[in-house]
Amino acid sequence: MPAIEATGLTKIFGRRPQRGVKMLREGATREQLMKEGLTAAVIDATFDVQPGEIFVVMGLSGSGKSTLIRNVNGLLEPTAGTLLVDGDDVTHLPPAGLRALRRNKVSMVFQHFALLPHRTVGENAAYALELKGVSKADREKAAEEALGMVGLDGWGGHLPSELSGGMRQRVGLARALAAGTEIMLMDEAFSALDPLIRKEMQDQLLELQADLGKTILFITHDLNEAMRLGDRIAMMRDGKIVQIGTAEQILNEPATDYVSQFVADVDRTRVLTAGAVMERPVAVIGSESGPRAARKLMSEHQTSSLLVVGRDRKVVGVVWEDDVAEAIRQGSDNLPRPSRAVAQVSPETPLAELFGDAAENRSPLAVVNEKGALVGVIPRVTLLSALAVPNGSENGTSTDSEADATAGGAR
Amino acid sequence: MSFIPHIPLGAGAEAAVDWIKANLPVVLDAISDSFNFLAGELTDLLMLLPALVLAALFAVLGAWVRSWKFAIFVLLGMTLIISMEVWEPAMQTLSMVLVATLVAVIISIPVGILAAKNATVSAIVRPVLDFMQTMPALVYLVPVVIFFSIGFAPGVVATIIFSLPPGVRLTELGIRQVDSETVEAGEAFGGTSGQILRGIQLPLGLPTIMAGINQVIMLGLSMAVMAGFVGAPGLGKIVTGALATVDVAVGFEAGLGIVILAIFLDRLTGAIGQPTPGSIGAAWRRRQSAKAELAAAKSRRPAPGAGVGV
Ligand SMILES: Nc1ncnc2c1ncn2[C@@H]1O[C@H](COP(=O)(O)OP(=O)(O)OP(=O)(O)O)[C@@H](O)[C@H]1O
Ligand SMILES: [Mg+2]
Repeated sequence: MPAIEATGLTKIFGRRPQRGVKMLREGATREQLMKEGLTAAVIDATFDVQPGEIFVVMGLSGSGKSTLIRNVNGLLEPTAGTLLVDGDDVTHLPPAGLRALRRNKVSMVFQHFALLPHRTVGENAAYALELKGVSKADREKAAEEALGMVGLDGWGGHLPSELSGGMRQRVGLARALAAGTEIMLMDEAFSALDPLIRKEMQDQLLELQADLGKTILFITHDLNEAMRLGDRIAMMRDGKIVQIGTAEQILNEPATDYVSQFVADVDRTRVLTAGAVMERPVAVIGSESGPRAARKLMSEHQTSSLLVVGRDRKVVGVVWEDDVAEAIRQGSDNLPRPSRAVAQVSPETPLAELFGDAAENRSPLAVVNEKGALVGVIPRVTLLSALAVPNGSENGTSTDSEADATAGGAR
Repeated sequence: MSFIPHIPLGAGAEAAVDWIKANLPVVLDAISDSFNFLAGELTDLLMLLPALVLAALFAVLGAWVRSWKFAIFVLLGMTLIISMEVWEPAMQTLSMVLVATLVAVIISIPVGILAAKNATVSAIVRPVLDFMQTMPALVYLVPVVIFFSIGFAPGVVATIIFSLPPGVRLTELGIRQVDSETVEAGEAFGGTSGQILRGIQLPLGLPTIMAGINQVIMLGLSMAVMAGFVGAPGLGKIVTGALATVDVAVGFEAGLGIVILAIFLDRLTGAIGQPTPGSIGAAWRRRQSAKAELAAAKSRRPAPGAGVGV
């Protein structure tokens, strides 16, 4: 069962918003609603967030991200559609039900931290539990633990004003962690921080997530952040979700021109991993084979080198065309001695870290799993072409029907 | 030439006043009695101590919430009031202002909170406040006298009416201007509206609310002087008396007494709700929290021999 499941979620601001729902059903655009004094902030959003997943909602300012996330904990009531949290419908809860949802299931981290300035860091971290009516001793213990998790041991007695921005947001994070809910909503939680601090916080979140396995709905307008954090990413534009997918899917198979334009200036080398660009290892030969088999394979695949693997699929080395030809001329039944100059990388290695290896070795890079077995290869040309932004003709994805000229021009 | 007939609003107001006077005597008497009692008792209490001792106590209070310098000013100012021989009327005025402020605060803070939380209440309250604030004070002194005759009560009532608006307005403003994300945090963690009010909106709005109370007191003081016209005891009565007899000397001295009281009350209430690092109170709190931190540090690390020598 998904932790969060939204179906046709729509939120319209303005007087008598139901009019807007009807208009949208009849095919009206967002602009037409605007003329009626209605703002369609979220339109027909359908998505699910699996337990333990970091689900990132990504979009430009005004695209409706905050509105979307605020529907999940009932800070805003959806105009249409349903929203299930842990399988329970939370769309039209009475106040007491909403409070129970927020106390027990969903906590939140805010863009500008939203700490209570007149209370100490410890009291802030314990705030959710205080609202819940947990005893002082218990909530202090929980707060201290949560502060420890975010690396703020011993800061409990200070006031938020004595902390730096990054530390304050750690308090915000600790407050949500101390609340002990399975689901955490993070609305641009790191957007107010300096780039370096921001990166630190992202690392911290990933580290915590590896330990705790929370379900996180994370909002950002920074694609690099989305790609770093998100198990899956939902791209929003003008209130609509235009694509949901992993970072790689969004990069390599953008559903619309809007998305491809958006991802055009991403640093692909940091987002894409070896696993995402590797090819099936076909130019591979067993170490017991003879030189003739090698020559046959080479001509079949039109390549000048073959990776040599043992019975356990571990990479032994590489043999080159010239050496194979020489071995055949000498009438040898064995492969020439494989050269060891093969770089081996794991599928998780970002492309950025592959360039050094690629430059040092003439042979393709070998992608090996944690047992050392070969799972793929990355020829040097593949590495270079992976950097180019995909376009319709190359990867075959259809372009958006409302193809817009600027998107093409931007490439 | 008047095409437009005179709409008898004035007559209506008069009829309303007459009706209240005729039909609600119990209520009016109860209000009148309680204000006369409260202000009278408070004056008696203030007059119980020798004037100089009370002046010294005021000075200590000033040092506690503000600073030594302020304490010295208070001591000198109060001594001046004593020497001008207006100590008793000054204490009467002070009592009247304090009672009126107390009532005004008791009314204005809840109304301000309601107005902040509810747009309809806000829309109704605002014009009423405008009316109360701009209607010349002397005008509503008349019905007040009809209702409460003379003495402390009409003074207190007039003072309340006149000083209420800033209390309501600044309470509403104080609560509305609390950072919306912080309020949202209270909601997002499942706070009830009472928890959010007590834990977030009131404490964060406190400086503004205190500015409102400060305004209430200052307006109350100026009104307490006007109340001299309707025979309310205190410095105002001396001022209006001096006006009638064209006595510059007496008028000046009573006026100076009012100025001193005003500065005393203004600085005193201005200091509450603001950080005043120079005050003795702040120094005391710093020592307490330092002690607490030390104790906490010790309990965290009970290493023998590592004790901090203090
Ligand atoms: N309470 C509200 N009343 C009316 N309109 C609103 C309200 N809240 C948001 N909107 C409108 O809804 C749209 C989406 O706003 P939202 O705050 O969800 O965007 P966002 O993606 O979070 O943007 P940002 O990156 O600036 O935070 C905007 O056009 C905004 O003006
Ligand atoms: Mg937002």
